Amino acid sequence: MERDDLIEYSLDTHHNEIKGKEIRKKIYKVTILLTLVTGIEVFLGAVIKQDASIWPLIKWTFLVLTLLKAGYIVMVFMHLGDERKWLRYVILVPYFIFILYLIFIALWEATAIKSVLTYFS
Amino acid sequence: MAGHSAALDSKTLWGGKISPFSTSYGKLMMWFFLVSDALSFGGLLISYGFTRHDCLEAWPIGEETFNSMPFLGHGFPLLYVALMTFILIISSVTMVLAVEAGHRMDRKGVTNWMIATIIGGFFFVGSQGWEWYHFIHGSEFGKIELADGSVAIVKGHFGEIKNFTVTTPGNHHKEGDVIKEDLMHTFQHAAAAGHINNGIITLHDGSKASITKEKDHELTLIVKKSGRVNKASKAKRKITGVKAEKLYYEALYSGEANRVIYGANLKQNEYGPQQYAQFFFFITGFHGFHVFSGVIINIIICLGVVAGTYQKRGHYEMVEKTGLYWHFVDLVWVFVFTFFYLI
Repeated sequence: MERDDLIEYSLDTHHNEIKGKEIRKKIYKVTILLTLVTGIEVFLGAVIKQDASIWPLIKWTFLVLTLLKAGYIVMVFMHLGDERKWLRYVILVPYFIFILYLIFIALWEATAIKSVLTYFS
Repeated sequence: MAGHSAALDSKTLWGGKISPFSTSYGKLMMWFFLVSDALSFGGLLISYGFTRHDCLEAWPIGEETFNSMPFLGHGFPLLYVALMTFILIISSVTMVLAVEAGHRMDRKGVTNWMIATIIGGFFFVGSQGWEWYHFIHGSEFGKIELADGSVAIVKGHFGEIKNFTVTTPGNHHKEGDVIKEDLMHTFQHAAAAGHINNGIITLHDGSKASITKEKDHELTLIVKKSGRVNKASKAKRKITGVKAEKLYYEALYSGEANRVIYGANLKQNEYGPQQYAQFFFFITGFHGFHVFSGVIINIIICLGVVAGTYQKRGHYEMVEKTGLYWHFVDLVWVFVFTFFYLI
């Protein structure tokens, strides 16, 4: 059987010990960052109650922090940041188009569905 | 990491003229699979948000629902799920370190980091098992429907049940018998079925018994659904002290069935609307299944590493590909954590 994972591209990602040290340093940095962000999220979630007046702000903070964490995981851990520009676009653009559309349609149709549910309950 | 100026043969170029993304076919297909899988999870979380918005105040709050730790009991909001998140992040880090070791052709490094990843994965799946058990099993107080028709969840420390003393004999027990076994289970069953009336419990064999129970501490009712008197509006939703105790036991000892719900299943749960438990089981279950299959795939690839398959092949791209899947599982959990537990 012919192998489809041919060696050239796979060898492209090889690196030496010095470069490896650099990469590991970056990995440890991101680890600390992700742990800190999770810690902050849990602290905010446990301390600030949902009926507090500041809650909407906290909610947005959670969203921003989550996207930050996701960005670091995808770009550093999954190496998407090191891939070619067009590979990045091919992965991210379709995803965002679909998911933004899904969010849009859920919000848009929610009013109509709410009225139906209220009518029948 | 481009920069391969050497002439590539047509097989490497997928039979075309130019390599599209200077990456191998397998890796690209893994990315496409992950995009589609991410869309499934996106759909699930969006439908979760949609349903939650429809129920508003009746929807459970993460810090009120998930506040237990193994061996330590209640009163630790979100701590356990934070620990789970931390475990998954760390196992993601060990995975990326395995990939890095693979790029240096360091077989021993890859093996060790992969084993660490697998252990982390098992820890996470085990934690989720505990979480499910706890969720299904429920609290000692349950969710109660008060006399005015409002529904409240209950927090506090449940006073231990000491014994049941039989006052009216039945088929099995004689008068004066003191029952000391399986108390909590019997108590909850009887309460849910409406077999406790004014502090007198009717046992399975038809005998009636009085309940000796220690006092509860810090009993708090959090009203989730408005009744005629008690409102779920933000200012009035908490009832504490003697009033809470009176309302709770009035309802619990009313002798009516289905006034109290313990734990969770697909039909009802003590945390909130029916859909809440369904979403919990489906979303965390679907994610847990991903983690489980990820662990299995990691084990298979790890065996390949130990056998030297990839060393012979000249590169550790298989480790990188499973790594992508494993990081994806972590990525999904980041979102589940935010939308299910935090917000």
